[in-house]
Amino acid sequence: MLTKRKFEEFFFQILMVISTIFVLGSLLLILGTVLWRGLPALNLAMLTQTPQGGYYLGKEGGILNAILGSLCLAGGATTVAVTLSLPIALYLRIYPVPHFTRDWIRLSLDILWGIPSIVYGAIGFTVMIFLGIRASLLGGIIVLSLLELPIMVRGMEEAINMVPKELLESSYALGATRFETAFKVVVRQTLPGLVTAILLAFGRGIGDAAAVLFTAGYTDNLPTSLLRPVASLPLAVFFQLGTPFPAVQDRAYAAALVLTVLVLGLSITSRLLSTRFIKNIIR
Amino acid sequence: MRFLAIGLGTLVPIFILVLFLRARPILATNSISTLLFSTTWRPSQGSFGFLPFIMGTLSVTIVAMVIAVPLSLLTAIYLAEYIQPGVRAFVMPLIDLLAGIPSVVYGIWGVLTVVPFIQKVAMPFIDRWLGFTPLFQASNPTGYGVLAGGIVLAVMVFPIIIAVAEEVIRAVPMGLREASWSLGASRWQTSRRIVLRRAFPGVIAAVMLGFSRAFGETMAVLMVVGNIVQIPRSIFDAAYPLTALIANNYGEMMSIPLYDAALLGAALILLLVILTFNIGSRLVLARISYS
Repeated sequence: MLTKRKFEEFFFQILMVISTIFVLGSLLLILGTVLWRGLPALNLAMLTQTPQGGYYLGKEGGILNAILGSLCLAGGATTVAVTLSLPIALYLRIYPVPHFTRDWIRLSLDILWGIPSIVYGAIGFTVMIFLGIRASLLGGIIVLSLLELPIMVRGMEEAINMVPKELLESSYALGATRFETAFKVVVRQTLPGLVTAILLAFGRGIGDAAAVLFTAGYTDNLPTSLLRPVASLPLAVFFQLGTPFPAVQDRAYAAALVLTVLVLGLSITSRLLSTRFIKNIIR
Repeated sequence: MRFLAIGLGTLVPIFILVLFLRARPILATNSISTLLFSTTWRPSQGSFGFLPFIMGTLSVTIVAMVIAVPLSLLTAIYLAEYIQPGVRAFVMPLIDLLAGIPSVVYGIWGVLTVVPFIQKVAMPFIDRWLGFTPLFQASNPTGYGVLAGGIVLAVMVFPIIIAVAEEVIRAVPMGLREASWSLGASRWQTSRRIVLRRAFPGVIAAVMLGFSRAFGETMAVLMVVGNIVQIPRSIFDAAYPLTALIANNYGEMMSIPLYDAALLGAALILLLVILTFNIGSRLVLARISYS
């Protein structure tokens, strides 16, 4: 006999299975769409040439400018962000920080994490006008590094938090200062976790369009100088999708495919790293 | 190291100050109520009413949440309460992958898949059965509109809500479930009346985090939402969210007086709303982890 209770159980189980399939299905659908339009558009010329005759109109050439530009932007931003966030994360975890300061910085990190990238872009653009910098690789790197900072600090902090207290104490007992302990013991011990945080932040930085829209500009040329505008993959997708020419739209699809492969590759690598790359770790 | 850390702590106040100082000229010439409640947007004549954009952002975000919240919560309950650990270990990384996809890729998916689907399938169907209410009227034949933006945003916030909600649901002590089962409650009854009730604050925090992500999302929405300055009446109408306003007009904002102040004012509104939501959800989550 099908009681109300059993029916309810059955009904909601079906609903839950449907929801889960829907969520996973949307992932497949997105990847499928990108592959379906991106793969036919992808060829060697696409990856090794710059667009001919303007990114919006020209039908020949590829997206090399955007690939290299994005790597420069995200690489530069990640370098800046690492140099800033490693000391911050170590400071928060290894040094005696007053309660209020620690809580305040935690809260700031949470808020910074949530600020939309378009707001970062707007603030960055305002400050750049104030300083007299035009849309350039430098501007893009500065804004992206701000965007990556909270992600990286939080990831690194989590990794550093896993270090056993005894290890720190043995280091102090051998006469090492906090500074030596932080940079020689803790960094080595937490390397996989740190690399994971860095890769995650890099992935976030390379995929972001709204922050670089104002600050890095766009160009058909390869990146040559810190003070020149630079192309990026997300903006290559955004601008070239809007043209009426199928050949130019193909470049957008190819750029989207390259971007997706890069970002998902990073995400999977960082996941593998966090489980496998642990040979430096003292247990 | 300390200076770096303290410098990080001053970033948010600095951001607010910068935006406020740059937005002040527009506050000097327009009252806050005109800015927030006027529907006239003619930058060249000096009238800046943000209402269409605020309504655009709200409508897209609300549609997204109406789609995302039930689906994400059902998925989170399923992953936390029903599924075997082996399958879970396979599914959670996939959901994480969804979180990593760049927003322009969501945008492309929206343009190529969601918009045609709405135009050819969803709109005629919904209009036929529910078209008598203004909310579901097929008023815009293109498919670019609030519903398209809402669907794309919903998929973008799935991983956020699912990850946080699943975590708080799994943190509910096992003893509570066992007590409920021993009283003869079914699995779903236990999930809904015991586990969900206990995890409720955390679930609310998860939804708020998802909301603030949807609220601030730019590129994906911009590509599918239609970008017409109007207050959307139907879920098929085109809308113009605040984020799209900033992104679309940065090029010309220097040529019209007060335009830059207005756009940075829009950025300030976004920042303050998101600040409120983030602090709110963190406070809730922090209280849970203490108890």
